Amino acid sequence: MRKKDLTYWFFLFPALLALAVVVVAPLVVGVYYSFTDWNGIQVKEYVGFKHYIELFHDKEFINSLWFTTKFSIVSIILINTFGLSLALIVTTKLKTNKILRTIFFMPNLIGGLILGFIWQFIFTKAFASFGSIIGSEKLQGWLSTPETGFWGLVILMSWQMSGYIMVIYVSYLEGVSKELVEAAEIDGANVFQRFWYVVFPLVAPAFTVSLFLTLSNTFKLYDQNLSLTGGGPYNSTQMVAMEIFNTAFSQYNMAYAQAKAVIFFIIVAAIALLQVYLNKKREVEM
Amino acid sequence: MKKAYLIPIEILGILLALIWLSPFYLMIVNSFKTKKEIFSDTLKPPSTFSFDNYIQAFKELDFLRTFGNSLLITICSLVVIIVFSAMAAYALSRMKSKVATVIFFIFVAAMLIPFQSVMIPLVTIFGKFEMLNRFGIIIMYLGFGTSLSIFLYHGALNSIPKSLDEAATIDGANRFQIFWHIIFPMLKPITVTVAILNTIWIWNDYLLPSLVINQQGMETIPLKMFFFFGEYTKQWHLALAGLTLAIIPVIVGYFIAQREIIKGVSEGAVK
Repeated sequence: MRKKDLTYWFFLFPALLALAVVVVAPLVVGVYYSFTDWNGIQVKEYVGFKHYIELFHDKEFINSLWFTTKFSIVSIILINTFGLSLALIVTTKLKTNKILRTIFFMPNLIGGLILGFIWQFIFTKAFASFGSIIGSEKLQGWLSTPETGFWGLVILMSWQMSGYIMVIYVSYLEGVSKELVEAAEIDGANVFQRFWYVVFPLVAPAFTVSLFLTLSNTFKLYDQNLSLTGGGPYNSTQMVAMEIFNTAFSQYNMAYAQAKAVIFFIIVAAIALLQVYLNKKREVEM
Repeated sequence: MKKAYLIPIEILGILLALIWLSPFYLMIVNSFKTKKEIFSDTLKPPSTFSFDNYIQAFKELDFLRTFGNSLLITICSLVVIIVFSAMAAYALSRMKSKVATVIFFIFVAAMLIPFQSVMIPLVTIFGKFEMLNRFGIIIMYLGFGTSLSIFLYHGALNSIPKSLDEAATIDGANRFQIFWHIIFPMLKPITVTVAILNTIWIWNDYLLPSLVINQQGMETIPLKMFFFFGEYTKQWHLALAGLTLAIIPVIVGYFIAQREIIKGVSEGAVK
């Protein structure tokens, strides 16, 4: 019995070691550093909750948290509305069904950094050209104000992620039995009634999955933020991930940045645990 | 069966698809223009087709080498993730002890940890051991990627009956043989999913390479793209040609394995 288990431990060892070295150890060490005056090289003294008290008065950090929250809420609503709409379109019996799915999903395969650069061109150059054709001032100078920076990020993320969320809704919608929908049709339900009373309740689990997937993706956003606005103008579109990065690697304020990183972890983990809890609750109810 | 209400839906779908494609259209059209032409109008097609921008961007990006770097890191990480995650998941699904349950739980819980919250100590720890290089980054990808991969393999392994292992043991096979010759081939569908999800992530990753292998000659495509863009930020004709070059391998891959990719992504997300 012991010998058998030994082989299993051998199987387990490489993955476990990598997890320990790459994730667990940095997390534990990081929490410790956040309570010290660590400067990236050495620790001189223990400072208690100093950094944590400081960061709640740190305007830059609070602003980035608030910006991230606003951005996430608006994006979640738009991405899920678009994602579900696209899913409903591509699950009807269209000739162009497959090619439409391919197109809507495509942006997800390209890295956020590259997408951000492409959209920087669209917002600053193509918008300006289009604006001067139709004579609109509103399309000039995009990304140069906090508002256009915000909406630029929202548009970029909606364009990118809607196709991803569409794929999730599609996998649930295709699980809805056709007989059920046809039965409702025979009973005289119109398209909207069929959707609202038959399809909608059956794809409800897809909402939880999609909502939290968009939330965790938008909340942790970094690449698109870096390449589209770079946090500008004047750090007004800087999201939490970038704020932490800059505190550590531009200002070299290591221990303080790590305290922010710990708070970031707590928020992200709380969101994820809420999802697990809601999923469990629904499973029980069903 | 064709119904009247399908026509407006079809038109709406096509219109949306055109909007979705328009950024790519604008990128490609303008990548053929001269600097002056872009300055005067971005919406018109180019007056002449010339590959000059592409030739220069190709050279500046050191494209073959950069592409090779991305390929090397992605493939090595992928092999390591697949082999070690499948092995670990197999062990966890066959061990009967409580310890196995706890370890599995730790792997799953690790998925909750965002990269930014471990990034700073991670880089300093690896720096101390002179591991900020390609070998180091592959270990990091294993550490970050193994949780989801083990989770997916574990799900698939639970549906492979243990009586199969027992039968093979009676036939005289040892544990390694059972895993490599019987179990691992049966996991092929989930291996495809694991490979796709990790490829999309590693190929496009910018932040980790920027912290770990930020050295001349080692840059991956996203990393090189960042520096290239910084250098040519006011020269959109070159920047756009570079961006188009960077996207081409992804689009080619997408058309080759489209069905598997969409299937893999939805499986990975729903679980």
